[in-house]
Amino acid sequence: MKIYVPRDAAALGVGADQTAEGLVAEARRRGIAVELIRNGSRGLLWLEPLVEVDVGGTRMAYGPVQSEDVAGLFDADFTSGKPHALSHGVTAEIPYLKRQERLTFARVGITDPRSLEDYKEHGGYRGLAAALAQKPADIIAGVTASGLRGRGGAAFPAGIKWKTVLGTPGTQKYIVCNADEGDSGTFSDRMLMEGDPFVLIEGMTIAGLATGATQGYIYLRWEYPQAKAALEAAITAAAAAGYLGRNIQDSGKAFELEVRMGAGAYICGEETSLLESLEGKRGQVRFKPPLPAIEGLWGKPTVIGNVITFASVPIIMDRGGEFYQHFGMGRSRGTLPMQLAGNIKQGGLVEIAFGMTLRELLYDFGGGSFSGRPIRAVQVGGPLGAYHPESQFDTPLDYEAFAAIKGMLGHGGIVAFDDSVDMAAQARYAMEFCAIESCGKCTPCRIGSTRGVEVIDRLIAGENAAKQEAILRDLCETLTYGSLCALGGLTPYPVISALNHFPQDFVKPVRASSAAG
Amino acid sequence: MSNQTSRRVIPIQVEPPSSLSATERSAVLDSCARLKKLPGALLPILHSVQEALTYIPKDAIPLIARELNLSIAEVHGVVTFYHYFLQERPGRHVVHLCRAEACQALGSVALEAHAKATLGIDFHGTTRDGAITLEPVYCLGNCALGPSMMVDQRLHGRITPERFDALMTQSREST
Repeated sequence: MKIYVPRDAAALGVGADQTAEGLVAEARRRGIAVELIRNGSRGLLWLEPLVEVDVGGTRMAYGPVQSEDVAGLFDADFTSGKPHALSHGVTAEIPYLKRQERLTFARVGITDPRSLEDYKEHGGYRGLAAALAQKPADIIAGVTASGLRGRGGAAFPAGIKWKTVLGTPGTQKYIVCNADEGDSGTFSDRMLMEGDPFVLIEGMTIAGLATGATQGYIYLRWEYPQAKAALEAAITAAAAAGYLGRNIQDSGKAFELEVRMGAGAYICGEETSLLESLEGKRGQVRFKPPLPAIEGLWGKPTVIGNVITFASVPIIMDRGGEFYQHFGMGRSRGTLPMQLAGNIKQGGLVEIAFGMTLRELLYDFGGGSFSGRPIRAVQVGGPLGAYHPESQFDTPLDYEAFAAIKGMLGHGGIVAFDDSVDMAAQARYAMEFCAIESCGKCTPCRIGSTRGVEVIDRLIAGENAAKQEAILRDLCETLTYGSLCALGGLTPYPVISALNHFPQDFVKPVRASSAAG
Repeated sequence: MSNQTSRRVIPIQVEPPSSLSATERSAVLDSCARLKKLPGALLPILHSVQEALTYIPKDAIPLIARELNLSIAEVHGVVTFYHYFLQERPGRHVVHLCRAEACQALGSVALEAHAKATLGIDFHGTTRDGAITLEPVYCLGNCALGPSMMVDQRLHGRITPERFDALMTQSREST
């Protein structure tokens, strides 16, 4: 009898360990032999802890299962897939899951993330096998043909980045994975690293073969200890089986991989700050050029990319660039794992081809707000993304379509707010966040963010409001054009979008909200 | 890397005066000895020191600087840049409360006020009984099940004021 209980951090946060312990103890008490598998999360996070039972090869879902529900589940004979109040039928048939197009997340929640055997049984390392049979330029041609763009937020074509590194001579080259997923509302990197760490390792290894890089680093945020454990276990297993090391699968090619921990600095998600941090320094942004592809880590040619970008490479190698390119719309090809977060009834991970509208995602998948009140504003793309009012909910999820409405898809995080939100407080927070997280290099970001908080305070207090608004807009323009990186450059997005779409929140005696924190 | 080993430094002071205890000192030196060969060793060393001592004591900085052949200013600059590195000895448990947008959408601003009021401290403060240090954090990657917080290295989701109080009681009772 196989029972699955996720070890995903989100599941653990709502008691998955206690549920797992309860299941094992209760099974023992009843004399039922149980094999417990700690899988990743299926991404139906409102159902966590989601317990699955294997009934004749079909997985049946029950959730959310707390430890106190366990005895009742056994009484209802859930091990035979019998109905119970928490039953959701066959997992794969749950509409939220069935409507998705899972390419990058194909195995997450299904396999045992600690088992290399399981990974291979589910199509793992087929991409690497294909890559090992190709010349570097051909691997890169495949990635380019797929249309894959960086999934961290900037959406730069991955193939072009790789080609630059391949074409730059260097005695040592590096592959760096940006796993400093700091955007609020995003957790796809975490879920992938915890639920299918081998696919990231495989993707980075392929990038190494394609560019001649022999050393890789995964720069992981400290807030993700479960991901660290999963990655380190997977790296050990992959190295023991000859998938990492000096001679990968007897090809004569080398690739080593190491996990490095960040220390709580949002700015280190910016690629050049991350490189500084990896070098053991303050995470201060570098000037570009030189691009990291030419002078990256320790001045050497470096491919730096997001977790989801690397993790999308194995399936592209295995099924071909054409297959991946077939998904999506316009210049946004393939799939994007969207993350439904904040005040949402059915929060979780939705991997779909580009092109679905925000409204479909919020209501068809998300089921509306968690509080039951109307959704008033949605922030897309993390703390530097714009706030969108209901009138923009029909925008398709596509890089260019969001750019056209002065927003950005970023890393695919969607944070819903109900009608109790105070948008002036959200605008103020955006400036405050920029002040806290600024690396200090550019004056508009370092000082302008603090001045921004003060101006917003005066604006909402109604001190010569028209003048304050003009100053705020002018300040935002200075931030946009006077900052080296996206932190200073994009902080105006949430501020100005809040001001433009929700001006009524800025003119008032402030409602007794806690804008001052 | 290579230019670091070839750099010549004339030591001004062999061993700076220090308030570190013998155990603290050896924990710092152990971390350095174990990790200093790594390229970009400073962050791994600081993580290791904080894991051993719960914070980075001020007097650990000159020692680390000496071991890595860096200036005290360089090490100090790194310690103070990163929010995760604590410069004061924390309480027995460190609570990281998420302040980011997804948690705000589920009432984290009120939760934060509750936490500060019941613990009687602000962010970066430690309760008078030395049990709990409260730190802000900007996203724990649990954005569909907020408000979220971490107690030591353990994540908790769907935190209500009642659950917060229960977790604090539980923490105070544990060592």
